[in-house]
Order: sequence, then C-alpha cells, then structure tokens
Amino acid sequence: MRSGVAIFPGSNCDRDIIVAIKKITPKAPLKLWHKDTEFPNLDLIVIPGGFSFGDYLRCGALAARSPIIRNIKNHVSRGGSLLGICNGFQILIETGILPGSLIRNKNLLFTCKETILEIQNTIKSPFTEGFQIGEQIKIPVAHNEGNYFAPKPLLDELNNEGRIAFKYVKGSDFDNKVAYNPNGSSNDIAGILSPNGKVLGMMPHPERAINSLHGGTDGLRFLTKCIEHIVG
Amino acid sequence: MTVSNNKLYEDNKFEYMVQQESNLESALEMGLTKEEYNLICTKIKKIPNKTELGIFSAMFSEHCSYKSSKKWLKTMPTEASHVIQGPGENAGVIDIGDGLAAIFKIESHNHPSFIEPYQGSATGVGGILRDVFTMGARPIALLNALRFGSASKPLTKHLLSGVVKGIGGYGNCIGIPTVGGETNFDKSYDGNILVNAMAVGLADKDKIFYSAATGANNPVIYVGAKTGRDGIHGATMASAEFTDSSSEKRPTVQVGDPFTGKLLLEACLELMNTDAVLSIQDMGAAGLTSSSVEMASKGSLGMFLDLDLVPTREEQMTSYEIMLSESQERMLMILKPGSENKAKLIFDKWDLDFAVIGKVTDTGRLVLNKNGFEACNIPINPLVEDAPEYDRPYEIINNKKIIDLNKIVINKTINEILVKVFKNPNMASKKWIWEQYDCSVMGDTILSSGQSDAAIVKIHGTENHNSLGKGLAMTTDCTPRYVKANPFEGGMQAVCEAARNIAASGAKPLAITNNLNFGNPEKKHIMGEIVGAIKGISKAASYLNTPIVSGNVSLYNETNGNGILPTPVIGMVGIINKVENCLGVNSEEGNTLLVLGQSEEFVEGWISSSIYQEIINNEFDGAPPPINLENEKEIIDIILKLNEEKLLTAAHDISDGGLLPTICEMLFKNNLGIDLNLPDLLSKKDSKDILLHSWCFGEDQGRVIVATKNLNKVKLLLKKYNIKFFILGEVNSSSNLNIKNVTTISINDIKNLYENTLTSIMC
Amino acid sequence: MRAIVNISLKQGVLDPQGQAIQNSLSNLGFNNCNNVRTGKQIILDFQDNDEEQVFKETEKMCETLLVNTVIENYDIEIIKEI
Repeated sequence: MRSGVAIFPGSNCDRDIIVAIKKITPKAPLKLWHKDTEFPNLDLIVIPGGFSFGDYLRCGALAARSPIIRNIKNHVSRGGSLLGICNGFQILIETGILPGSLIRNKNLLFTCKETILEIQNTIKSPFTEGFQIGEQIKIPVAHNEGNYFAPKPLLDELNNEGRIAFKYVKGSDFDNKVAYNPNGSSNDIAGILSPNGKVLGMMPHPERAINSLHGGTDGLRFLTKCIEHIVG
Repeated sequence: MTVSNNKLYEDNKFEYMVQQESNLESALEMGLTKEEYNLICTKIKKIPNKTELGIFSAMFSEHCSYKSSKKWLKTMPTEASHVIQGPGENAGVIDIGDGLAAIFKIESHNHPSFIEPYQGSATGVGGILRDVFTMGARPIALLNALRFGSASKPLTKHLLSGVVKGIGGYGNCIGIPTVGGETNFDKSYDGNILVNAMAVGLADKDKIFYSAATGANNPVIYVGAKTGRDGIHGATMASAEFTDSSSEKRPTVQVGDPFTGKLLLEACLELMNTDAVLSIQDMGAAGLTSSSVEMASKGSLGMFLDLDLVPTREEQMTSYEIMLSESQERMLMILKPGSENKAKLIFDKWDLDFAVIGKVTDTGRLVLNKNGFEACNIPINPLVEDAPEYDRPYEIINNKKIIDLNKIVINKTINEILVKVFKNPNMASKKWIWEQYDCSVMGDTILSSGQSDAAIVKIHGTENHNSLGKGLAMTTDCTPRYVKANPFEGGMQAVCEAARNIAASGAKPLAITNNLNFGNPEKKHIMGEIVGAIKGISKAASYLNTPIVSGNVSLYNETNGNGILPTPVIGMVGIINKVENCLGVNSEEGNTLLVLGQSEEFVEGWISSSIYQEIINNEFDGAPPPINLENEKEIIDIILKLNEEKLLTAAHDISDGGLLPTICEMLFKNNLGIDLNLPDLLSKKDSKDILLHSWCFGEDQGRVIVATKNLNKVKLLLKKYNIKFFILGEVNSSSNLNIKNVTTISINDIKNLYENTLTSIMC
Repeated sequence: MRAIVNISLKQGVLDPQGQAIQNSLSNLGFNNCNNVRTGKQIILDFQDNDEEQVFKETEKMCETLLVNTVIENYDIEIIKEI
C-alpha cells in the first residue's frame, strides 16, 4: 500500500502514525510537507494530530488554506482514502471535505483519557468494513476542541446515510481512566465519514493504542483492518 | 555616541540615553549594591554606561550568578562514571548505554506564574524544553513539581487552574507528553506558588552540543522568534522615560508561543543533524546578555554583536532593551564558517528568523554596536569571574520534638482518620490536573501520572525481538515539612523517596536534577535551611550514587516576611532495561502484599511531622522520620532484584500518610480488598488505639509495599538478603479492607473520596 | 442597552496568534498587510438604561473577570438602541 502523512508546521503526531503504519505494512509512508503541490498517487493519506499553525485563529483553519490541500482534494476525488485524526479531523472540517464543526469541549478543559468507541452501521467504507456493527474498541483522546456540533438536519443526514463511523459508549470495562463522551459531542459522535465512505475524520488517536503496555492494541487492530480494506 | 544635530538626536534619542554614563543611583535602581558598582568601575577601568551596567546587573543577579548559594552548590556530588556532563551547561547529561544519553533539567518559573499563571507556567515549560534541545536532545517527557497555597482559597483555585492550563497549553501543543510530577498545597505558598518544570530528552552520546564559543571570526547567529520588550524589569530603567506617549504600563510578562517553540525545536534538531553547529545556547533569563557572555566566557574568547541586525518586533528598541529582553523561543549559535546559507535554508523552511548578528573575537571583550555607535565595550571575565559570591551567615534549626504517644488522647476511629487523609487535597488523586495534560503523544509513554511511583517512557527505537525496549524512569519529590523540621534529614529524605519511587517502578536510579526553592537567604535561619538541605541531598546522593547533574535555585520566595516551606525538589531519572518489566501500583486479586523494610516486631510508627499528626493537631509539628541510608539502599536493591526475577506484580513506596493509605492506593484501581494481618502485639487493640494508629499511619522511611503472586520465592530471597518484611495479607475481590476484630473499610467509599476531592474543590 | 467590550493585547505583548495569521495571509498572497494583532469582543446586554451605570458596571466586570489586565487592554462601547 502506498500511503502518505501530511505534515504541517505544528503537527505533532506525524511520527506516531508513521510508526503505527510501519508496524502494519513494510512500506513506510511518504512524508508530505504542507507546501508540497506534487506527489505520486497514493492509496491512503493521513492527516495526523497536533496543533497545526498553533491552532491559532480556529483549530485547523490555517492548515486548511495550505497549498497541499488542493492535492488532498484531488486525491479524494480520485477515490483515494483519507484519514484525519484529531487535528487532522479539524482540518478536514475546515477544508469542507467533511461537514459540521468541532467546538470547545463541554467542560472547557483539554481532556486526555481513554474512550470506548462502538462501530456503527455505516455505508461501505474501508474504515469500518473489517468490524461487526456494535463492536467496541478502546482508543484514547487528547484534545481541547473535539465536541462535534452540527445542526439537526445534518445530524439526521449523517445518521440516515450511515456516515457516523463510531460513537462514544460506556462500554463493558469502563473504569476511571475511561471517559464516556469526553467532549460533549452531539449524538456521542466520535468520527464521521464522507458520502463515499473513503474519508474518515475521528477525534480519538488509534496510533496511541498500539502497545500492549500502554493503552492496549485496539488502535493497531483498527488501523490494520483499515489498511487491509484500503488495499482491498 | 555623540549627537551632532537635532534630527539625528530625535531618531536616536532612546539609544543616546542608554549610552550615557551611569551613576551609583542607577546601579542601586538596577539592584546592585554600592560595593558591586565600585567593583565594576574598577574592573572595567571606566564608568559603565547604562547598557553596560544593565549587563552587569543581569549577570550579577541572584538568578544568573547564584551568589548566595554558589559556595554550597560547589559541594554537591556531581560525578560518577555514567555522568557525561554535570552542572554548568544548559542541562545535565548521563550515559544510558547503547550509545545514547539522557539529557535533563528542572527549572523554576515561580514568580512569573504568580503574576500571570497561564503565561508564567507556559514559558516555564518552553524554557526548560529549550534547555534540553539546545544540547541536541529530542525532549521525550515533561514533569512538573507544583506547590500552591491553601486549597480552600479562591486565589489558589485561580492560580492552579491557570498554571495547569499553561503547562498543558505549552506541552500539549509542542507535542511532548507530560507524564508526571507532584502537586501540594500549604498555606506557606499562599503568596508564593512554586512552578518547577522538568524536561527529559534523548540524544546520541556522540552528538551532544555545548555552549562554549570556538574560533575567532566564526559567525554568531540569532535564530527563532523576534525580540520584543518582554520581561524587561520595570524596576530598572526601561519603563518611564523610555515608553512613548502610550499610557500603557510596559508589561513585563513574557508570552509563550508553543507553536514557534515547536518550529524552533524541529529546525534546531534538523540543523544539528548537519555539521554546521559549533556551539549553541538558549536565550533564557537575561536573554542575549547571558547567552553571549556565557558562550564567550566558556570559550575564553570575546564577542562582537551588531544589535542593528537583531530581528525585533518593536520600534526603537535600545541596546539596553535588546540585551535584557527575555522574549521566548530564541537561540544563539556559532556556526562553522561557510555553513550560514545551508543553515538559513532550514530556518526559512520553518518560517523562523535567522540572522548573522556578529562574530566570535579573541579580544576577551563584549563589544556591541547599535545605530552605528559602540553601545558597549567591556571585558567578559569580570562579568563571570567577579560576580559576587556570598558566604551568608546561617543557622540550621532542627525541630527535635518527638511526639509522645502516651500523651495523645485520640477520639477517632481508623475509618474516620482514613476519610480525613483522603479528603486532604495533598493525599487525594491529582486526576483533575493530569487529565488536562497530553500524556501519550510521541507514543512511547508506558506509565504516567497515577499509575506508578515513577513515570516510565520507552526509549524510541530500542525495541528488538526479545524486548519492547529500554525505558527511562522519572519522578520529582520533596516533603517540605520534613525539610522545615530538619533541613538535613529532609534533604536526604527527598533524594531517598525519589530513588525509592524509581525503584518501585522497576528502574535503577541514575542521577538527579534539583530545584532549590527557598525564602530570603539574607535571613540566617533560611540560609540554614539551604545549607542543611544541600548537605542532606549531597550525602544521600553520594551514598546512592545518583549525582546531581543539573539544577536551579529560586530564592526570595517570600511575601510580607513570610517565607515558603523550604522546598528542594529532587527530579530523578533512572533506567529500566526492559519496559515490559515495569511496575505500577495496582495489585491484582490473589497477590500477597508484603511490606519491605519493616518486621513483625515493628509496632510503633513515626507520627511526628506526619499527615496523621496534622490531622489530630491541625498543624505540623515534631522531628521528621529519620533516614537510614543503608536501609534505603538495601530496599532499592532488593526491589530491583525481586523484579529482575519477575516475582512482582506491583510496588508502591510508603510516604505521606503511611502504611494504610498506601495499601488502599494499591487496591483502588481494581476495587479489591484485603484481610489485613496485624503484628501480634497489636492484635488486641481497638479502632481508636493510638499505637495501632501509629502502625497504620506512621511515616517511617525506607519502606515499600510489594505485591507478588509468588510469596514463597519472594520470602526466600528476602531471607537470603536479610531484608526485614511483614506479610500484610492476600488481595481478594471483596472491595473491603478488613482488619480482623478492629474494623472494615469500604475501598469503594475511600476511592470515591480519593478521586473526587480535588475535582470537587476545582469545579 | 448594550455594552460592547473590545479586548486587545497591550502594546508590546507578543501575539503569537496574530503572527501566525499574518504568515498565513502572506502565504496566500496578501502581502500588503504588515502587522496582525488579534483581540476579542464581548457583547453584554443590560436591562438597565442608565448609560453611566451600565458603563461603570461593565468596567467593573472587565476589571474583575473579562479582561486579563496584566497583558490586555480594553475599551467599552455603549449602544443605547439594540
């Protein structure tokens, strides 16, 4: 699989996702710089977490106006897969590739906790295909603005079209390290899909759950299945 | 500088003013003494102008010269075979094998955090990170030792909330995990909070960068953010006559910019991967002054800087202001001649300023140009070598009082005491704080706040087919009330507790960075606290072979004559060869809990100066528990031995609160219970018995509780090595801590208190 | 009656957000702008119609909560008819 990781000034989870992808496939992802306007056709582009451009003005707003975004949009229209994690999700929202908005966490605090995600009944998507509906995975969040907000018609649309990828749930092994809906998202939404199912934006960090000693390996399992289904 | 016409004067008015000769009055305003001023005039063989005097006043300040503590700092143990660089550089460096080095330091940002908690703590974090990556290390973890006033005061909430947001704001954004630290409350910090930030980084052992300037004529480079008037102290001279018509009071608050900090980090590490950098120094306190002087002085050379070339973001900045500005996210470098363009390309890529502002000289002088005139020309030696060093008078006062158990009338049950213990914000979980810190970015965190006695971070890239890799263990510790009661014992205790914490996480203690926070050293008893604590730290650090490799001193932490509790914070780093062998504090069902360092015969616990004693008397009193270094070392060694044999499930050091709260903390996570054994001599006591209380809550040192699935093997080893131990009981699923014939304690109830005390104060 | 509080950073205080925005603007080709400073606006609606009273109250709100007077300046604008 050919993959790339888009790096903006202030991205800080780029190394983490590269490490995770390298655990799954032998071919290391290309590092794409925010000023890059040309790169080869890829199967998957990941926009990693971090604080692109310091998250100044609005989270993801300045990154969404970078030169690379035009190519990322081309990649999407070619049918390529695109994964935005945390700040990457915020950037996808700012570019308009995904709808809605991500606002301040309800408790107004940066929140670093584990969450339990439940896979929803979605349209065909490489990001959910490998899972049973209702399956749960434990993935941590770490963010300040992850409260998914959308007007009711949009929420209904996402729901009806099967574009809610996963929701925060209480889960079975809930303990004090786990937070249920840590940010106040509408309908407990943790991640959403584009109409063709090829673009996923999610607040939780799967690349931080790849180690049995810290946070478990559900993130690795998730990314492995995604990559399997992207390669097809 | 002479001025020939009016136009020229108007354009250069402010610079003209700072280039005028100084006098004693201006020296006093800058915080120098008459003696220091006279010494300066003699040494430089002229009357300094105001810029020159400002440079002296910065270099002679307590912050830069350590004039009150230097005499004693020199006595600390700083060497061992694994030490690559001790104190005197931006941070300490130790060898951790495999061609790698750990680089770390702790530094205070106390006063700025009190004035503006968000920016003060954020710039504290930024500053300590720069200290670490200046030496070529990629920072991998942050810790914070925080001290606040009474938790019930609204000001404390405001400060705590702002400081936590600031630490998170910087650390989370720059993408370095905050993995540990400590937070305590005491009324002595009401007017002087402490914010000590520690950073740990990793570098190749043969790619460490130092600050000593080399080679006359080599270019001096300024990189990073632009210089503004941040942090120039109003008390000196910059304020009134130099502000323009604006009525705004010049802010002395520095604003942190973690985004620029991140760019600077990446740009510097990228440049360090080439062979261009000869030496590099962070612009921290006293900015361009201390960085240029220290680089030149360490290389026994001189420096020429053209201040007109310094990137500034404000109009008409004078040489004085440029030299003393404490704007953040800046570095000074000396490059290999000819590599300037290569370096500039890297900084352009990261959108950072890059300017050649001068050159190294062999004159031994600091020469500065501004507006085309010489703004400063002084010898560098006196700035460093003639900086004052005081031998301040001191008196070490020890509280020798031992609380007599027979004279205490106690009306509380064990359950009631335990409730009070966990209602104390010092003992309660700090979850509300650490959930605001990103603890897992960089993907190498193994254990962080609340999971273990010391945080464990994997060393990136050390995984191989038979191990998940090596790890660094790190912690910060200090029990200020012990230091107050007996500075020497308290100093030793801080080191021993840190080492015990490192060992209880499964790692071997290696070295120390310390942050010495005290009140006014001109008072004899405060100076006594400093001297006593340094002697205690030194003795314990020598004994445990954990030398001090870096540190920081913060004095004059006083308001209206009330000093803080003496707070010499010990930051310790250790190593674990296989991170999969790390130990947390959570026991599992079926484990046996044993306390090491305490025998069946031990019944009377040390309650003087303990949390228990505070609960029954409302105020701390009495001598701190004594330290026995031999015992401490034995306990550390045996834990490492037991863990090497893979016999342990968990370990937790006994510190504040004593044995019983420590047991509770080991049961909380999995809602477990235990039928607690008592020594025979205590088996007939009731829940209000003072002797039983002292056993439960005494704070005797040198003890660690371990959880094992393999009691017999553990017992064999403990007997073989002649270690005192006492079997506390088997962990069960009952969620009750049951003391037979005495009381039953609901772990769930206590856990609720433990987890919610701080949240309910803050929300 | 409405009070509008405009909050800005004091002159000389670093505005990282403003700088980042300016950089991005110039990357987008807006080169004519050479300085960006950010601030915020808070809009307060009052039942009371006594202009002096509202101004005084708003000022007090600014000093006690709305403004970080260590690093920020503010001005208050009163609008009689909303």
